[in-house]
Amino acid sequence: MPSKYHLKPKPAPSRFVPPGPFGIIEGDGCLNCAKCVKKSCAYQVYQKRSYDDRQLTDTADSLCKNCFRCVQECYGRVLSKSANPEYWSMGDEYWTPEIIGSNQRQAEAGKIPVSGGGYGGPFAGPGFDSMWTDMSEIVRPTRDGIHGREYISTAVEFGPVSQPAAFMPNRGSEERQAVSARLRVEVSVPILFDLLPFQEFPQPVLAALARAAKETNTLMILPAESIAGELSSWRAHLVPLLPPGNLGPFTPLIQQCRMVQITQDEKTGERIGEIKRANPAVIVSVRVPLTPLAEEKIELLARAGVEVIHILADGQGREQEASQPRFIKDRIRGLHRALVEQGRRDRVTLIFGGGIALAEHVAKAIICGADAVSIERPLLISLECRLCGQCSPKERCPVEINKVETSWGRQRVVNLVAAWHGQLLEVLGAMGMRDVRRLRGEAGRAIFREDIEKETFADIFGEKMQTRLVKAQPVQQGEIACAPNT
Amino acid sequence: MPPTPEIKRAPSRYRNPIGKFKVQRDKGCTHCGLCAELCPRGVHQRLGKKMLSPRDEWCIGPSCQKNEYYCIRRCPQGALRMAVNPNLQALRDHRWPADLLLSNWQQAEAGGVPYSDLEYRIGRSGGGFDRLRLRFPRIPPGELPAEEEVSTALLLNRREDGRPRVRIGVPFYGGGMSFGSVSNHTMIARARAARAWDTFTCTGEGGYPESLKPYDSHMITQVATGLFGVGEETIQRVRIVEFKYAQGAKPGLGGHLLGDKVTPAVARMREAVVGNALFSPFPFHSVYSVEDHKKHVDWIKEVNPRCLVSVKVSTPTDVDMVAVGSYYAGAHIIHLDGSYGGTGAAPDIAKKNIAMPIEYAIPKVHRFLVQEGIRNKVTLIASGGVRTAFDMAKAIALGADGVVVGTADMVALECIRCRNCESGRGCPRAIATTDPEYSEQMNVEWAAQRIINLYGSWVKQLVTILRLLGMRSITELVGRTDCLVHLDYQPEETDDDIKPYLMGSNGKSA
Repeated sequence: MPSKYHLKPKPAPSRFVPPGPFGIIEGDGCLNCAKCVKKSCAYQVYQKRSYDDRQLTDTADSLCKNCFRCVQECYGRVLSKSANPEYWSMGDEYWTPEIIGSNQRQAEAGKIPVSGGGYGGPFAGPGFDSMWTDMSEIVRPTRDGIHGREYISTAVEFGPVSQPAAFMPNRGSEERQAVSARLRVEVSVPILFDLLPFQEFPQPVLAALARAAKETNTLMILPAESIAGELSSWRAHLVPLLPPGNLGPFTPLIQQCRMVQITQDEKTGERIGEIKRANPAVIVSVRVPLTPLAEEKIELLARAGVEVIHILADGQGREQEASQPRFIKDRIRGLHRALVEQGRRDRVTLIFGGGIALAEHVAKAIICGADAVSIERPLLISLECRLCGQCSPKERCPVEINKVETSWGRQRVVNLVAAWHGQLLEVLGAMGMRDVRRLRGEAGRAIFREDIEKETFADIFGEKMQTRLVKAQPVQQGEIACAPNT
Repeated sequence: MPPTPEIKRAPSRYRNPIGKFKVQRDKGCTHCGLCAELCPRGVHQRLGKKMLSPRDEWCIGPSCQKNEYYCIRRCPQGALRMAVNPNLQALRDHRWPADLLLSNWQQAEAGGVPYSDLEYRIGRSGGGFDRLRLRFPRIPPGELPAEEEVSTALLLNRREDGRPRVRIGVPFYGGGMSFGSVSNHTMIARARAARAWDTFTCTGEGGYPESLKPYDSHMITQVATGLFGVGEETIQRVRIVEFKYAQGAKPGLGGHLLGDKVTPAVARMREAVVGNALFSPFPFHSVYSVEDHKKHVDWIKEVNPRCLVSVKVSTPTDVDMVAVGSYYAGAHIIHLDGSYGGTGAAPDIAKKNIAMPIEYAIPKVHRFLVQEGIRNKVTLIASGGVRTAFDMAKAIALGADGVVVGTADMVALECIRCRNCESGRGCPRAIATTDPEYSEQMNVEWAAQRIINLYGSWVKQLVTILRLLGMRSITELVGRTDCLVHLDYQPEETDDDIKPYLMGSNGKSA
């Protein structure tokens, strides 16, 4: 039985009032009733509300749970509800307000999001929303109540599985094996922290993430140049991204870290050799953009014996440098399958990043063939970032992310990882799986929309129309307003 | 048509019911009362010399402009305004958009299809039932079957095993909702509606409250993995026992009841500790094979020799095998709960991602049962996102014999889908709560009448749908996928609105 993996989430309240999806609007005509409906709010929204002068918002909008009771019981009919534009304008089409809001709540509480009522979202959607994970009605006893969950392993290993690295040609086989055992790095969750987008972040922010990486036993990729001072103490959990050019200045770092990363270019082979000479025990991961040509590059790297390949889509999970970008989910399947066919899949670890926005994406990416995933934006979201995309030295960050304190930031990120880990366990438990490594590439443990449509509907309705991708309709109702006397 | 219980008007229990449109009377109003005289729907009412606040929920909106009694135009002071209710912006549910909530409420209030231009058939999820349409053949009105000839009855035992041939008058029954997840009042209201329509409702897995004793012959009791409140006595009380292997909202996970909702009454019923969260395990720890499953079924049959056994499962990729396995283990009813099913509390990740939507599972299982030659020996029931009479007809046309409803019952009691049933004292709208103070805020007679009315409207619609299809029994519709159009496959302009027929048949609608 694997050892238990316990994270310790603790509430870490938001520094800024998170915008709620719906606002309360108070119109004219209050009758000043002795028994005001506001007093009987089930959530004491009106008692707890305050005015936040930093953000100029009424906290009622984020406390309100939208039960409509006050709206429906007010004698003067002065209360009404509306959509809160501050909430609905967060993020973009991919990083939806719901995704941002949910991750922020997870970072705050460290708990799996649980709610009442059935699912209220679209039937399906593009990308990860066009697949469902499987379950078993009658499963092996993976779970004893909720307690056995802790024995479900979410650990993944990096480094050579059976074959000693090809970059040690001059060493004996015993030595090779010893090195190869030392080479393996295990993380407890298949979620790595990747380079942060948008801007350079100050040391306390990076330190918060590095400490969280240590506490959750995972790895954090960051530019080698930024590893200094306090950060160096978490070297074991840092993966320095080495810049092109002379590696000399980074030799100490290479010797102290367990894994380093380089960006793929024509000199990749040479550079790996150079790094391995400096530290034979270090794992070298190669960063590759997910382009239409990724198959070839990855085949070459795998053939050359590269141990870890980190493949990156853009921030929205789309292929890079493509006129008609495909989505990461489908590309993972293709790349995984290609390596399986070449007989090389087990000699290389694949990390995929870009567009991993929710815990469900971790499970789905792994089902499609990833060994692990990397996240960036969710890390910032857990530090309250709303993805407004206006980072610049001139503009003031609405959530003052540069002022994040290390200990608070660490707890927020630990909370997020704890919540995602818990959700991963739910998915694995539902399938009766004890080990996330068994999920890799198990496309049979998923239901892909294209496949199930073909299987169940093709006989009934014939060929599906390819041209029309039907999106869920906006849920807002039509805007008909009738002026008087028209 | 089944015998119809009395439909009585059961208006909203809130002072300000929500309408699609909001009518406003400004200060210029002289309380002359003309609008009250004009409006045939009762939007405007005068009490003494004063006008009351407009009843938004009865206003038919801009479609009223063609009427000579259009109040906005006729008001001598120009003091009336009407617009789409801005509150609807805060009802953002793709599966239950505002129109569907409002139309459900209207049906629950008056027992007929909604009178204004509300969408009463589908939601806005962009897939599944929401992309399917019914295709009615052109049958001359004179040749349509008469209303009285059409049967909506459903036989639940097809095994010919000597057990009672239980038949229900309508092709739907109520899904399991435990005492704990919902209030005693809610349970009783559902039970009364089930009795009135000669169908069933289910206790869920939280025990069998004594208050449901009078409804025993219309109750299903659930045996779920937590075995909360299950005893030989509870199994012997009923005509149908349901094994809940899994639930569509959280397939592969056990039930959740968060600590706040474990009140003294709930704890007593479940033999648990007040305030402690209750998690049902997953799976049944006594069932790791189909053989174990058969032992389970045999056990129930032994304890209650006259009951039928239903097996409720979720929809994994091998749902067809599961269904066949259940049949051979002795189940009378296979109940598939699709992945978008209802719940009182579930992890969001499970609600959205685990297992397949019911729209795929029904044809998959139906076809497999046909191939195995056992389709007519078992009753196939579908649930998980069945919100309207149209969803029912579509589920049946895809291959189910009947359906189970849950959330729609709750909406009839004015659930607004705020999705906070899991936390704190539970539902502030007094439906999914066990808090003694909140529970008292909903009257049982009213609640029962609302559900009876909603069912009444559904039955009318189902009968009309069958007539328009030229069918005399709901059983004729099973697996008739030729009666369906899927808009992703066939770009057919299909309008399956049956409102004109319903209005025609009884003069006017509700």
